[in-house]
Amino acid sequence: MSVRPAEGSEAGAPTAPASSRPPPVRRDLSRRVLGGVCAGIGRRLGIDPIVLRVGFVAAAVSGGVGILLYAIAWAFVPAEGAQRSAAARIRGRRESWQAAAGTGLLVLSALLVFRELGIWFSDALVWPVVVAAAGAALIWRQSTSATGGGPAAAAPAGRTSALATPGSRTEPPGASPAGAGGGSAAEAAAPTPPRVITGLPLRGGPALSRAGLGVALVLGAGLFFLQANGALGALRDVLLAVVVVLIAVGLILAPWWWRLVRNLTEERTERIRSQERAEMAAHLHDSVLQTLALVQRRAEDPREVAGLARRQERELRAWLTGRSEPEARRSVSTALEGVAAEVEETHGIPIDVVSVGDAPVDDDALTVIAAAREALVNAARFAGEHGPVSLYAEVDDERLHVFVRDRGPGFDPSAIPTDRRGVRESIIGRMQRRGGRATVHAAPGGGGTEVELVMERER
Amino acid sequence: MSHDAPDPGRGGGLPRVVLVDDHHLFRAGVRSELDGLVEILGDAATVEAAVECVRATEPDVVLLDVQMPGGGGVEVIRQVAQTHPETRFLALSVSDAAEDVIAVIRAGARGYVTKTISGPELADAIARVREGDAVFSPRLAGFVLDAFAGSLPAQVDPELDQLTAREREVLRLIARGYLYKEIAQRLGISAKTVEAHVSAVLRKLQLTNRHELSRWAVERRLIGPEG
Repeated sequence: MSVRPAEGSEAGAPTAPASSRPPPVRRDLSRRVLGGVCAGIGRRLGIDPIVLRVGFVAAAVSGGVGILLYAIAWAFVPAEGAQRSAAARIRGRRESWQAAAGTGLLVLSALLVFRELGIWFSDALVWPVVVAAAGAALIWRQSTSATGGGPAAAAPAGRTSALATPGSRTEPPGASPAGAGGGSAAEAAAPTPPRVITGLPLRGGPALSRAGLGVALVLGAGLFFLQANGALGALRDVLLAVVVVLIAVGLILAPWWWRLVRNLTEERTERIRSQERAEMAAHLHDSVLQTLALVQRRAEDPREVAGLARRQERELRAWLTGRSEPEARRSVSTALEGVAAEVEETHGIPIDVVSVGDAPVDDDALTVIAAAREALVNAARFAGEHGPVSLYAEVDDERLHVFVRDRGPGFDPSAIPTDRRGVRESIIGRMQRRGGRATVHAAPGGGGTEVELVMERER
Repeated sequence: MSHDAPDPGRGGGLPRVVLVDDHHLFRAGVRSELDGLVEILGDAATVEAAVECVRATEPDVVLLDVQMPGGGGVEVIRQVAQTHPETRFLALSVSDAAEDVIAVIRAGARGYVTKTISGPELADAIARVREGDAVFSPRLAGFVLDAFAGSLPAQVDPELDQLTAREREVLRLIARGYLYKEIAQRLGISAKTVEAHVSAVLRKLQLTNRHELSRWAVERRLIGPEG
């Protein structure tokens, strides 16, 4: 962010970043006389600031170039400790400022050449022209960049064409400079409302201040010119009248304008809301309405209807909580829920899932989840019609503990036939191979069967 | 009004119930499912209507939706408790957002069941709440175990802020889908003792200011209600 104002501007070129040069020039406020410019440059170059001060004063006395250079340096060199220079804080886009400064300096150098050649128009003309050129460059730069069709300019184009006023975009050379040249205060205010109205508070801020400063520069130059030529006295009466009228008009229009701004904001909120509504409607149509249609068609099969309803409920819940699919695979509890949902769907048996604690899925957990799935399938197949199946999982630092319980007639665990691969292999064998344990309990009172899975976790 | 001792309906007669839910369809469904099992004195769809209805009819049990516009079940309990502290509440909800459920229980509801519960099971739960027992669904048991999990800081009241081993065991069995009588059988204790354990857990849940509980709820909110 550091710049080299002295050398750069002397050469008439735009100030350029000197990022590679350590240490950057900083205005030294601790030893300052005015803005700390000389002290800062002196420290950077290793010379006594007095020398620079004398130089600046001399340049200022002889034609005023010193004042201009000092002002530019003041604006563009950050103070010590500050990250950004005074100009950088209000400017959003470096190029437009460089363009402004560059244009001003080019005009200045051209004028100085004329002066050397003896074709001099008097100071009363030169300085206003320089300042006005800088201001105009700012505004032009501003309006061309707006026309350039950045996202900010493009977005509201369709909606606000009726409101588009000079200074906002479309015809940069015609609109803004005309206002600037005319020098009337009405134009100075013109760029402000459309910016706000088009609803660009974020990008509009720095752009506004740039355009505003440009307008101020041009107006100031015009006034300075008039004053220097003694024409200001006559103009003052006219100007006073204009200002009074403008203030009056402003007061009259302010409430209307305010309401317009508010209405547009409301309209925008409403638009966002209706977009959200449309999105939700689309989702509901794809999911809930489809399911409802299916439910009506399958009304004679209560089991299928219940299955459809549960599946839809699950899907809707997942959507409402905004949980994405990959995220759901990461934790033991959600993975178990997913497995339960899948079994529920295939076998049409309600499964109640309760889990306490959670952990990321690792290889051990995958084994437990796979075994739990087998247990659920078993329960759904052999005990489904006797009531809901319960899946309870408890995860803590020491172990992963899962219970799958059904309410079927139950069977004697010791009498599991060796060919029942489901229980022997897929559940017990699978758990044992990874160092876990699977036990089949008969629930008390003949109230079903419970499969218990335990896997110690290594910490 | 303050007839805390023998309830008029206790023992004989059907439990007198007010139904509070903002979904008309759901109220109608519960009404027809509970037909003949409880006496429904009225229903309400909003917090204000519910408070008014409960104050007017003085039911044994209020079946209460957790999530409603205007403050939800918590607000109903808070307002009714000011004038009718003896009214009992059973939360009934599709919401399985843990923090909502725990909030209603902490406000004073004596139990929580999910809306998928069958008619006879619901009637049974209502009868138990009328008796002053606590009704824990497997899901609520899971929530509570989760809430009371983890180690404790030094200066807490273990009476209130920690579950006993037995209470944990009972809750675990509830979460595993065991009915109270099955739990009693399995642990070799009476069903009444199981009830006593569950009621103790309920009391702890309502009275503890164990700060993990709030932190836990916040975490749940972050990772989703079904965590």
